[in-house]
Amino acid sequence: MSDNVSQGSDQQVSTQPNYLLSLWRNKETRSVILQIITIAVFFAFLAYIINNAILNLAALGKTFSFDFLDLPASYDINQRLIEYTSQSTHLRAFFVGLLNTLLVAFFGVITATILGFLLGIIRLSNNWVASRLVYVFIELTRNIPVLLHILLIHGIIVHILPSPKQAHTLADSIFLSNRGLTIPDPVAGDGFIFTVIAFFIAIAGAVYFRSWAKKKREEEGKIYHVFYISVGILFGLPLLVFLLSGLPLTWHVPEMGRFNLKGGITMIPELLALWLALSLYTSAFIAEIVRAGIMAINKGQWEASEAVGLTRDRTLNLVIIPQALRIIIPPLTSQYLNLTKNSSLAIAIGYMDIVATIGGITLMQTGKEMETMIIVLFTYLCISLLISSAMNWYNKRLKLVER
Amino acid sequence: MTSSETQNPTNGSYPPGTHPDLPPPSTAYGPVHWIKVNLFGGVTNTVLTLLFAYMLWKIVPFLTEWMFLDAAFTGESRRDCEATAGGACWAFIGSRLQLFIYGFYPEAQRWRVDLTFVMLILALVPVLYDATPHRGKGLIFACLYPFIGGWLLIGGLGLESVSTDQFGGLMLNVIIGVTGIAFSLPIGIVLALGRQSHLPIVRILCVGFIEFIRGVPLITLLFVAAVMLSYFVPPGTNFDLLVRVLIMVTLFASGYMAEVIRGGLQAIPKGQYEAADGMGLRYWQVMRLVILPQALKISIPGIVNTFIGLYKDTTLVIVIGRLDILGIGNSSLADSKWQGLSTEVYVFVALFFFISCFSISRYSLYLEKKLHTEL
Repeated sequence: MSDNVSQGSDQQVSTQPNYLLSLWRNKETRSVILQIITIAVFFAFLAYIINNAILNLAALGKTFSFDFLDLPASYDINQRLIEYTSQSTHLRAFFVGLLNTLLVAFFGVITATILGFLLGIIRLSNNWVASRLVYVFIELTRNIPVLLHILLIHGIIVHILPSPKQAHTLADSIFLSNRGLTIPDPVAGDGFIFTVIAFFIAIAGAVYFRSWAKKKREEEGKIYHVFYISVGILFGLPLLVFLLSGLPLTWHVPEMGRFNLKGGITMIPELLALWLALSLYTSAFIAEIVRAGIMAINKGQWEASEAVGLTRDRTLNLVIIPQALRIIIPPLTSQYLNLTKNSSLAIAIGYMDIVATIGGITLMQTGKEMETMIIVLFTYLCISLLISSAMNWYNKRLKLVER
Repeated sequence: MTSSETQNPTNGSYPPGTHPDLPPPSTAYGPVHWIKVNLFGGVTNTVLTLLFAYMLWKIVPFLTEWMFLDAAFTGESRRDCEATAGGACWAFIGSRLQLFIYGFYPEAQRWRVDLTFVMLILALVPVLYDATPHRGKGLIFACLYPFIGGWLLIGGLGLESVSTDQFGGLMLNVIIGVTGIAFSLPIGIVLALGRQSHLPIVRILCVGFIEFIRGVPLITLLFVAAVMLSYFVPPGTNFDLLVRVLIMVTLFASGYMAEVIRGGLQAIPKGQYEAADGMGLRYWQVMRLVILPQALKISIPGIVNTFIGLYKDTTLVIVIGRLDILGIGNSSLADSKWQGLSTEVYVFVALFFFISCFSISRYSLYLEKKLHTEL
């Protein structure tokens, strides 16, 4: 209060015009002054730390350059999606790491979403036993650090699962042992390409059918079982072509060698542990988001749908889920981002992701702390931006169009 | 209806409309009905119940046996454990409990850690319960606590100084968590206000900082703290790794805190700003007296979630070679006397984190209910 009084009296006693003070009193000029000060402080700070960095680098006899990326990396990577040997360059090691990060993030997001929606819906069900058990699972999972999940699952796979000789097996084609999960390797024969083409045609057909059915529903009120028919198109057409072209696909089933399994695709224990741990941890958060989203829908929406004669399934599909998705999508986006960022914990169990390759071994070998860390930080920023812009685009499509 | 008319036991027939009310059939009320509707109503429901009951039947006896009935609580090595029991070997945890709590803190000085823990509880009580007697003095103590605690742990000024390299175990988790929480809240508030500011330069800087922090994983920031931060200080100065980690963790948490508080600020109706402006309040008065008290109240669940996330993330210091409670457990696995007991260690640490994080989230629920003033 005293501030206001003194302000008033100052304006009355403006006999000696203090130019600077009047600039400060004016709202517009004050904001310009504040911004100039902010930007000056910011650049001064930037100049100071860059100057320090130059001095420190010079004192250590180091230079700032990205030339090291062309040098041979001379270390091995146990999990790779593209060709890589220890003779390859650091740049290639970076790409192997990046692909490994994206691989685990991609599969993690898919399983976490499916599991999370499933858990969230069971949590809401009337079934007391199921709902309580899922509640216990969710609370246990999300209150334990994700690093602990990763280490625990990795420990179980490596220490408790049997050796390949006594591996747990399903129909002698899928093996689970302390060397990871091995599944048969599909080998495409002649003419398998037709099945692939048919699959893409089926996707286009299903998309077209959906919009056609929607148009019919809006114009004529005619209702088709969109879900079942699209699933039928998606699986039926490729299956038909596959049968007609004479089953051109064989499986390369893994066999027991002397010490280890031979053939097939193996998911190494590190990848398996990371994937399972990230999926479980994130699914607990997604389940809570889904539950909150569905519960946020007004009860009146259910009652009104019932009153206009919609069945329970149609109420869910046409009324509840579209509204709940609007609430669910933004927090779901940040869970996807979290999962991707948490995949960097791979380094704790030795999965060679981007942090472990370029930010770990390359950093140690070349001593280029600044350059490697800048690459890692910049890459994560790009991945985060990509995911959030994709989800923002999807969110915008779902948004309520207000008139 | 009189009693003489209704009591007609001889032939069991009643005049129309005079039959006494009978209880509903036994399947329409009570536990039987409840079970029928909630557990076995419909095919899906029945399948779910049977599936989950099967899982319970498989998991619960196995876990109780492993954790309690068939577990070894005493012993000198893994062989001792295996000789007496087939389940968990808790003797391993017991033999290292001191390490789990204090890390490598000198044994003679451990009373200082204990005192810091006790003072932490004393500082938390006035913050958490508003009915505490002498709350004002308590809050001043809570504000001073981080500095007193720091002095007690590091030493100097009359106490024997202890290198931060010797910090470890549970103590390290608590230090990082409490520091991050205490300093990230004010920084987060400033960042959130900056993001809402009318000054474009301030806004751009705040948005840039927040989005950068939220776009990269904490572990890369910890690497930056470990290997890169020392390049940015004048040559010759060398500051402690733990301090660098604390700075990075605080900045990391404040980025998230800023977004949570921004959500709260955006939820305040525009009329509140206009009314406060109309009263002739200045910017800081508007914020301090009108906007922030409301915005912070709405943001409590988000703030507590950020705290829990930060507390769980303190385990990540393991990647830069600091041994927190998880790190101590992980490195104990190398002991040849106790090899292959990773499950016991991880379950122990997991239980510890579960208990602490779950109680924090329960407290947040209580607070939400208490502060819910509308309607």
